[in-house]
Amino acid sequence: MTFLTRSDILLAVQDLSVHFRSEDQVARAVEGVSFDVQRQETVCLVGESGCGKTVSALTILGLIPQPPGEIAGGRILFDGRNLLDCREDEMQKIRGNRIAMVFQEPLTSLNPVFTIGDQIAEALETHADLTSAQRVERCVQLLDDVGIPSPRERLADYPHQLSGGQRQRVMIAMALACHPELVIADEPTTALDVTVQAQILRLFRALQQSHAMAVLYITHDLGVVSVIADRVYVMYAGIIVEQGLRAHIFDAARHPYTQDLLEALPTRSKRGRRLYSIPGAVPNPAAKPPGCPFHPRCRYAIPTCGQQPPGMCDYGDGHRARCPVLFDGGPSHWGQETLTGKV
Amino acid sequence: MDNQRNRNSVILRVEGLKKYFPIHRGFFQRIAGWVKAVEDVSFEIERGRTLGLVGESGCGKTTVGRLILKLLTPDAGRIIYQGQDITDLSSREMKPIRKEIQIIFQDPYGSLNPRLTVGQTLGEGLQVAGIRSGAPRRERLEKLLQMVGMPPAVVDRYPHEFSGGQRQRIGIARALSVEPSLIICDEPISALDVSIQAQIINLLKDLQDQLGLSYLFISHDLNVVGYLCDHLCVMYKGHIMEYAPTDELFANPAHPYTLALLAAIPDPETPKDPPLTAENQRGTVAEPPAGCSYLAQCPFGEPACREAARTFTKVGPNHFIRCWKVTPSRGADYFSGPGPAA
Amino acid sequence: MSATSPPPSPADGRRMELQVPRRSRWEEFWRLFRRNRLAVGGMIIFILFFGVATAGLFLTAGTQPIFDPALVRLQEKLRPPLARPHVDSLGAQEVPPLGVYLLGTDELGRDVFARMLQGAWVSLTVGFVAVGIAVFIGIFMGGMAGYFGQEFIRIGHLLWAVAVIAGAALLFSGIVAVGLLVGAGGVAGLVHNLTPKRISGRTQRSWGGAVLAQNAMRVDTLIMRFVDIMLCFPSFFLILTVVALLPPSIYNIMIVIGLTSWMGAARFVRAEFLALREQDFVAAARALGLGNFRIIFRHMMPNAIAPVLVSATIGIATAILTEAGLSFLGFGVPPPHATWGNILSDGRQFIFDAPWLTFIPGLAILIVVLAFNLFGDGLRDVLNPKLRERHA
Repeated sequence: MTFLTRSDILLAVQDLSVHFRSEDQVARAVEGVSFDVQRQETVCLVGESGCGKTVSALTILGLIPQPPGEIAGGRILFDGRNLLDCREDEMQKIRGNRIAMVFQEPLTSLNPVFTIGDQIAEALETHADLTSAQRVERCVQLLDDVGIPSPRERLADYPHQLSGGQRQRVMIAMALACHPELVIADEPTTALDVTVQAQILRLFRALQQSHAMAVLYITHDLGVVSVIADRVYVMYAGIIVEQGLRAHIFDAARHPYTQDLLEALPTRSKRGRRLYSIPGAVPNPAAKPPGCPFHPRCRYAIPTCGQQPPGMCDYGDGHRARCPVLFDGGPSHWGQETLTGKV
Repeated sequence: MDNQRNRNSVILRVEGLKKYFPIHRGFFQRIAGWVKAVEDVSFEIERGRTLGLVGESGCGKTTVGRLILKLLTPDAGRIIYQGQDITDLSSREMKPIRKEIQIIFQDPYGSLNPRLTVGQTLGEGLQVAGIRSGAPRRERLEKLLQMVGMPPAVVDRYPHEFSGGQRQRIGIARALSVEPSLIICDEPISALDVSIQAQIINLLKDLQDQLGLSYLFISHDLNVVGYLCDHLCVMYKGHIMEYAPTDELFANPAHPYTLALLAAIPDPETPKDPPLTAENQRGTVAEPPAGCSYLAQCPFGEPACREAARTFTKVGPNHFIRCWKVTPSRGADYFSGPGPAA
Repeated sequence: MSATSPPPSPADGRRMELQVPRRSRWEEFWRLFRRNRLAVGGMIIFILFFGVATAGLFLTAGTQPIFDPALVRLQEKLRPPLARPHVDSLGAQEVPPLGVYLLGTDELGRDVFARMLQGAWVSLTVGFVAVGIAVFIGIFMGGMAGYFGQEFIRIGHLLWAVAVIAGAALLFSGIVAVGLLVGAGGVAGLVHNLTPKRISGRTQRSWGGAVLAQNAMRVDTLIMRFVDIMLCFPSFFLILTVVALLPPSIYNIMIVIGLTSWMGAARFVRAEFLALREQDFVAAARALGLGNFRIIFRHMMPNAIAPVLVSATIGIATAILTEAGLSFLGFGVPPPHATWGNILSDGRQFIFDAPWLTFIPGLAILIVVLAFNLFGDGLRDVLNPKLRERHA
């Protein structure tokens, strides 16, 4: 990775904590999470259900309902400005305009009673100053960009007239409408077939380059990560356990959780061998184990793991893992506060 | 392996299975059209082995599973279980055979009755198997739970108290409660967390080794079936497009659809960037054309494919494809060359 | 995999912890229900009403009841609530047991409190029996439509069956000759049709089938169209007509209200059954080889009953209102027996001289109906998982 100047960092989430309060318990969905996204880069947040990846993304856009949600700490710097300090009307100017979002379920994310032309134009009306003829041209251009055939005719279609893959393409076109600098994609291909998923991933890659935008891609699927990511953050139970370039994660994983996940994936090359099975289940966010949240399932766990929170251990070149046990540098990394900001 | 096969080793054979679902319209709900879920499906499952049925959503793979279980009645075709034709058996004649074929579902939340405890759920199967009460029932319950890796203390708990993986184990125990020989696994791991999937796959493999079970493994994920299955059927729009032993299918894929699937699955063991072409989607097809149903998507399609008789062609030992255009050698070139998008 | 492979890792089981703290269904239900204060209030009133009505049955029944609702004291007529009786002018039997006219007396000097007690039991039984009948028919029809809905019924069979029923009805209403003829024709037709001939589905059409341009009809279509037709009748006037033809009796009223209000329950049950049929646990039960009876009553009904219970609770309120309305119009329970409706109706003439005669039964009806509706709404909030999310 090349040396980075400050202005290359588009989004920096620093030590973010988000809690959800219910009647009798507090779920610590996100605890001290820090990550950053540089301009024109694809960053993947990967983790299992309930690991806090979606909550982190929604917090960036200010879409966490409060209550029951509650931002317990941290900063979200977008282009140097803390989004957590912004008023609602300022957030509305950023949302959809400079940061756009693509959701998982293309059917429920589109309003069934409006044509897709209307829905794309809506974002343009809010954020851009265009005549209605210009808006139509822009819509046609956008649909063409996302690879929808005969876009001018499609403008008058309703969402139910499109296939799942086409709907997701329309969602992406809506996200692109105002030339956002950052697109947050929350599992955009999970509901799609594999061949359609491959098309959408290719589309993301191509659009990212042609539109010069950054993508924060949220997924549980390591296969998708292996195709699309420049850099990867692996999350488990509300914390980031490992971060690094794609090659770091897939070829030289340093955290036991990442290693175990890769070993547990069924693939053709493991045929005939027994898969490594991670014992136990993902912890309930309201009752996380003390110390390292992964230690009850970890094969390398030592007694300290259940007592002290593990600190980030730096393997150089932006590759870090939150596991002092496997780190050569010795035990000084226990209980250390999260290092923030610097890569 | 193929020349060792004899009649006795085949536990289930289906021939020319077909199922259309009616679309009803109007005040008196007249039949307005048909959804052609399964058009023509034939395969065999060998005893103690796993046959994978792969395809994308809507290809009819789940319907095939339901037809074999006789939860649905086929419109044509035969289902032959251990040499006995069970297609037209009445529900009373089916009773003894029902115990032989069981199913595991995808959704661990919808597959257990929320009002019954684990013990009650498993007890229904035991009752069918003739174990009704007392010590034998309790013993068998504990054995079942132990087989799927659950502590015996869970018998009087309700499904909402368990995680997805644990529910899936209970679903497997329910299937095992009647001591079946063949289990239809309908996407049993695709709704589970990644770290739980391996637990369930290992459990299924262990049970197969211990009990000599045969599996029909229905999935959309070529990585999973490639790991788990001995033979594979690739399905598309109600037809089986390619049938081969797993290693053969991955080494010499022949059907254009299989090639497209293989090109589409990301392999986490070899991370690579996708090609930088945002190709247009090919036109959507409401009704399959008269000829090959894959024609609209097929890069090798020719006008002749519209009328071609879509029968199976043998392209290798025990390797069949429903396509007359592509040979395995050509397929291999295609697969190693640029992707279909290029 | 070889035979030396390790057994299914017991570690998975040993390390297993349950995700959710242990809580029984009732504890969970009560925890959620308690949050809705109005619903809890409704439930308390519901229980009070139940207690008062049951007590009223025992306190006002028999030849020597403690509270005699039929005792006429002409010298004490139209006394206001809490008035003390003129003991010297009354016989020993005639003094009200509480020492005061708690809710006053009516134009014949009858104790309104005793009459309200007696009426409470009428309202309660009308509500519960009528809704019980409606729920029973609704579950049966809805269950048939939802579970066996995709089966076909031949229109020929249907017409002959209708003939049998019509014949029976004619017989009972005394038109013996025609009834016998129609009924016997229907039976003959059914026997002729049901003798085993394999139904191919494309044999010659019956004349009824020809009218509908098809030979057979789905059970679901048949039942749901019948529901649609039933919904077309203005129920209250249908009830008025039937009650006018039948001898006046509280049982007839219950039956008639029940027979005209089952359609909502049928629709709920059908919708639930259609959704449950597609659930995997029902497919699993069928794959195990369990019978239809067991699947319906063990797997589907317990999961389908919640919305029916909710609508039944609100239905009780409607039935109580309907009965009160009928009694008010004079079509209800015949006079010596008191109901809230006919107390209200009788009091109407004295609304300026003795307003309590209208206000007291009116208020009682209002409170009970409101309580049932609030209780029903609370139940729905708790039993509907989607709404539950919103409250959580």
